[in-house]
Amino acid sequence: MKALAIESLEKGFGGVRAVGGISFSVEEGETVGIIGPNGAGKTTVFNLITGFYRPDRGRALFYGRNITSLPPYRLPRLGIARTFQNLRLFGKLTVFENVLSAVLVRGGYNIFSAVFRWTDYFVTESKAEEKARKLIEFFNLSGKEDQPADSLPYGEQRRLELARALALEPKLLLVDEPGAGMNPIEIQGLVQTMKEVKKQFSLTVVIIEHQMGLVMNISDKIVVMDFGEKIAEGTPDQVKKDRKVIEAYLGEEPLREGTG
Amino acid sequence: MKFFWEARKAILPAVLIYLVLKAVFGFHFVSQYIEQITLFSFIVILTSLGLNVIYGYTGQFSLGHAAFYGIGAYVSAYLSKSLGVESILGFIPVLFLSGIGAGLVGCLIGIPILKLRDDFLAIATLGFGTLVRVVFDNSDRFSEILGGSRGFVGIPRITNLELAFFVTIFLILVTRNIIFSRYGLFWRCVKSDELASQGIGINTSRMKLMAFSYGCFLAGIGGALYAHLYTFLHPSNFDILKSIDFLIIVIVGGMGSIAGTIYAGLIWVGFIEGLRIILPAEMLDLRWVFIPLFLIGLMMWRPHGLIRKAG
Repeated sequence: MKALAIESLEKGFGGVRAVGGISFSVEEGETVGIIGPNGAGKTTVFNLITGFYRPDRGRALFYGRNITSLPPYRLPRLGIARTFQNLRLFGKLTVFENVLSAVLVRGGYNIFSAVFRWTDYFVTESKAEEKARKLIEFFNLSGKEDQPADSLPYGEQRRLELARALALEPKLLLVDEPGAGMNPIEIQGLVQTMKEVKKQFSLTVVIIEHQMGLVMNISDKIVVMDFGEKIAEGTPDQVKKDRKVIEAYLGEEPLREGTG
Repeated sequence: MKFFWEARKAILPAVLIYLVLKAVFGFHFVSQYIEQITLFSFIVILTSLGLNVIYGYTGQFSLGHAAFYGIGAYVSAYLSKSLGVESILGFIPVLFLSGIGAGLVGCLIGIPILKLRDDFLAIATLGFGTLVRVVFDNSDRFSEILGGSRGFVGIPRITNLELAFFVTIFLILVTRNIIFSRYGLFWRCVKSDELASQGIGINTSRMKLMAFSYGCFLAGIGGALYAHLYTFLHPSNFDILKSIDFLIIVIVGGMGSIAGTIYAGLIWVGFIEGLRIILPAEMLDLRWVFIPLFLIGLMMWRPHGLIRKAG
């Protein structure tokens, strides 16, 4: 069974067809990169999968289960986590609280335990605290736990968003342009981080990314989108040589192994 | 019980304050009037705390908070008079029911309107507040004792120092325990970024509704205590201006700070009533020059309110 199967997803806004019937699948443990010029509909596909948009047609299946019409908040419990293209941290909350919030969504105690401070409140909170600290350490953010999230440098904010997503212990991680706005050195660091994440957390990853140096390096398979449709699919090497892909990128950055 | 464990530092000061007040009132060191406004300040703190939960923590801009304060007041007074309640013991269930009633109305209203974005939510709550005020004005059509626009008279005077103080302290502790739990954390996440909150699995609609209902519950309890302190209710006490009073207290105290609400509540009542005592009779209306000037100055000096809380 495929970890993720997208079947003919379509989405239009007014008269604009953002996504026009796209299908692809992701095997468990695979890393699939989605690339394409700006406006190709990549983030729209993410939003369709994660329930922020309803598709006009088509469906998304997670391990065979139809998740198409589920509201976004139901997905983490099933094992799907995502990050956002424009970074959506809880800005004024601390680094620690950002990660802790995701941990506590999973392990719960009810309102009565909270009010009367029954034992499971203390047990759950201390376990959650430990988990959060470990994650923060893994992402090299230790020492900054008590700082507000929006006070971090940009690259660290991206790492924090990843940490928060991984706090959900997902089976499938959808990462939206983690390298956006980063310089070449930061990209290298991100490549390292993503490789470590894949090793440590054994998950299936779908990543949208413009930075070829990142996405080509870590993906098993690439899906190329343009004008809301899939124009190519294959290994990074195959895709780099694909005629249609090169044409779509004509006028944009050439597909180099460098930092794109 | 562990309920009190984390608040243990606050228990001793609270008991001391109670004993001091008990002595001061008991030996009549101050007038009846001062005693009454002290109890009123506890009520104001409690009700404002409800709005702080709704707006300060969860970010839902409500301009109708006084409506729930009023619902608590009217419902409790109606029950007391109909059931002939005269003692605190008989009053406790009435108090509880009034709070639940206000919370339930909040929940019912919340289901449709909490989906609205800030500015639209403000208008919707404003509208609801006005609706409730009109209901109070016409309440004598439902039952004579409610008094309609003549006001509701003859409510038994049951609220005393013990009731006002300990109910307020207890509910502050309950609120504090909720705030410092994953629920409070989720409320703050929802306020910070609702989409991201959904992305990590928080059922934001449910969290918003929970905060709103609980805040209205607190307002209802406050209203019930108020009704049985002043023994007279008039619809004009529960209008948009009163809602704005609570909003001012929440903002001045610092959104998302329990201590801030306490200080601001005390300062607010203290200022308004204090000026009433200090100023000679002809200059009483000057309060409404001083108070706005004070607020403007305060907001320029401390735009985040007295107590600044991160997030």
